[in-house]
Amino acid sequence: MIKKNSLFASRQIFIPIAALVLLALFNLILDPSFFKITLGHNSTGDPVLTGYLMTILDYGSEVAILAIGMTLVTAASGGQDISVGAAVAIAGSVILRVLVGLGGDGSLQAPIIVGFLAACVVAMLFGAFNGVLVAVFNIQPMVATLILYTAGRSIAAWINNNELPIITEPTFTYFGGFIPGIPIPTPFFLAVVCIILTMLALKFTTLGLYTQAVGINASSSRLNGLNPTFIKWLSFVILGLCVAVVGLIKTSRLSTINYSVIAKDIEMDAILAVALGGNVLSGGKFNIMASIIGAYVIQFLTTTLYKFNVSSDALPAYKAIVVILLVVFSAPTVKDKLLKVMKKQKGVS
Amino acid sequence: MKKNAVLEMKGIVKTFPGVKALQGVDFTLCKGEIHALMGENGAGKSTLIKVLTGVYEKDGGEIFLDGLEKAAVIKSPQDAQNLGISTVYQEITLCPNLTVAENMYIGRGKDVLTNWKKMNAEADKILENLGIPAKAAQQLSDCSIAIQQMVAIARAVDMDCKVLILDEPTSSLDESEVEKLFGLMRDLRSRGVGIIFVTHFLDQVYEVCDKITVLRDGQLVGEYVIEELPRVKLVAKMLGKELDDMEEIKDENQIYHGDEEVVFEAEGLQSDAGIKPFDFHIKKGEVNGFTGLLGSGRSECVRAIFCADKVIGGKVKMKGREVKLTKPLDAMKNGIAYLPEDRKIDGIVGDLSVRDNIILAAQVLRGFFKPFSRAEANAFADEYIKLLEVKTASADTPIKSLSGGNQQKVILGRWLLTHPEYLILDEPTRGIDIGTKIEIQKLVLKLASEGMSVTFISSETDEMLRTCSRLVVMRDRKVVGELSGADLTQAKVMETIAGGEM
Repeated sequence: MIKKNSLFASRQIFIPIAALVLLALFNLILDPSFFKITLGHNSTGDPVLTGYLMTILDYGSEVAILAIGMTLVTAASGGQDISVGAAVAIAGSVILRVLVGLGGDGSLQAPIIVGFLAACVVAMLFGAFNGVLVAVFNIQPMVATLILYTAGRSIAAWINNNELPIITEPTFTYFGGFIPGIPIPTPFFLAVVCIILTMLALKFTTLGLYTQAVGINASSSRLNGLNPTFIKWLSFVILGLCVAVVGLIKTSRLSTINYSVIAKDIEMDAILAVALGGNVLSGGKFNIMASIIGAYVIQFLTTTLYKFNVSSDALPAYKAIVVILLVVFSAPTVKDKLLKVMKKQKGVS
Repeated sequence: MKKNAVLEMKGIVKTFPGVKALQGVDFTLCKGEIHALMGENGAGKSTLIKVLTGVYEKDGGEIFLDGLEKAAVIKSPQDAQNLGISTVYQEITLCPNLTVAENMYIGRGKDVLTNWKKMNAEADKILENLGIPAKAAQQLSDCSIAIQQMVAIARAVDMDCKVLILDEPTSSLDESEVEKLFGLMRDLRSRGVGIIFVTHFLDQVYEVCDKITVLRDGQLVGEYVIEELPRVKLVAKMLGKELDDMEEIKDENQIYHGDEEVVFEAEGLQSDAGIKPFDFHIKKGEVNGFTGLLGSGRSECVRAIFCADKVIGGKVKMKGREVKLTKPLDAMKNGIAYLPEDRKIDGIVGDLSVRDNIILAAQVLRGFFKPFSRAEANAFADEYIKLLEVKTASADTPIKSLSGGNQQKVILGRWLLTHPEYLILDEPTRGIDIGTKIEIQKLVLKLASEGMSVTFISSETDEMLRTCSRLVVMRDRKVVGELSGADLTQAKVMETIAGGEM
């Protein structure tokens, strides 16, 4: 019985893994140097690993962290939050404001942890705002989050009075770069921490069961003593927490912020990761690990395209092709046909 | 093909992974007859219908239709429709936001342009012809469920159907509506349409049908002319055993003998669902029920007790102590369990496994930070699957792929797992087969004999008379009487439901 279940779970995770293998094969055939990793030294003389795979690990982690929250939002509310990019800008802006303030000289006015916690609180508040619109007022999640999507970057700029504070403190660059002595990019470790925390939460609380129950049938969940409104709202707040972590990584990379460009279109990657993970976008059952692998697959794709000199303007078009393939192959009718073909071949052999 | 037959299905085979749904089933339908297809849940009725209508592809066997030389090829519902096989399902499958005429003609026009005037006129003609009290230009959602059902039939009939399949069309209709539907069915019969009628209501079978085909466990039991198969025999055929205990289940179980404590007491309880304030109480080990016509407010009463609707007034006491219940969780914490009327909307969590569906309520009661371990959950699931004899491939099977009766058992298991003191069952036997119905009734009496208080609601009065020792009668969203002891007779219940003020 248990074996069957794990098989079923692995079938969902099979989709992003298959995509990953395909991409890897593609690169292996066209240019094996894609997989080369070199140990070098950065400007401060610390050892760092470089190579395309490291880039994927580095930038894929941002999407992976957001994919965790996005998966929960999708499962509980049956919709997606399109405001995460703008919310990252807000979170980043809050960190800068708290750490250096207006007209500062770039030195830290407060410990980094304080800045990060402030960003967490603010991002969770904005998540709560989205959550209230969706869970209490029953607005379509995409429409509800469109508000913050539109206003978010202006709010981010307003927080710092439209200035661009620069942090000169070198330890601040660790979060989006490397910790001295450790050659693997820090965002990856942050993603691992987030994943472990999520897995612990799913194991030691009933979050998973409640979220799925509410996403599948809110009315019957209510009659089982659950509070569907609260659980939907909670999923948005959790996504807010993920947003704050990404806000820290993003600002740390630059030591400053660019309100109109920071984390631009990252919401699409996060949603795509959820879809690539084989999760139903209309809510219900979910598999967070599949979403996370999906996130790295997307970064794999992006990096591959960059390597083949696809300009960043043309990138979305290529991603669109992936989306089309994904949607077509996960459509029930195609799935049925594929299963039939597989059955027939089994019968022949 | 047999003379006079419009449809002949021979040796139909259909297998699903792990289940032989149909094993060489034959079925013959003649012109101008109403043919009941009977069987327990999981007997293969729906599968047979779905093979015939092209929803499933059959794995073996042949289908012959009147007027066709060779065996018919039915691979999609469209094929079936083109061959003159029309279906009206239990759930209305029309569009409520369109007009009656639009619903009748949707998806049928081959022309680019629609002549609205002509369409409406034709629709009106058909409706009048069939004696359906609806206007072509009326929006469908303005019609009662029964009329909507009839519009669906009118649509089917107008498509020159030779075979009309009615899959549980009466389960959401009240008696007078059912009568109207039967009138229409008889009318169609006289016009030579062959009708396949699937229902769980035995009364209805004996009222309109000419023949009965019985299926059991995916196999054909036999085809019978209605006069030759009395009710008791039909039930025996469906269950595969003689049934002598149907009438007498109440006496089998000893009645609860203990202290007569009042478990639940409500005074002037009122919810926002539009019922008049009502008083109610139930004692330990008592089985009582709310009865009344559909829409009389009987479900709303129990929903108010469980706080499923918003409670707007009244006092509630549990075991003599006043408590404040505002949401379902409060009621659950006080030992109340509620099996809702609408299994699909309020009961099951479709995509979740049988196991998760069983543990859900108990898990919520246990708390957010104390999830059941995998082993505990499995143990609970296995326990209740075994106790209630749920037919499922495994505890991991999504509940939505179970038959209606088995889904109901799972939901029942969910509430039994919370070990309630007071169990409310709202139509637990609706749409499920007679074998499971009796099992559930027996279970109710057994639980009561062990000291559980049960409120039982059913559309079938005889079912309630068999199980309940006290009936609260409702009319027009108001409690109009209470019957117990010698007053518990069909006649007295009817009188109270229909009669003037007591």
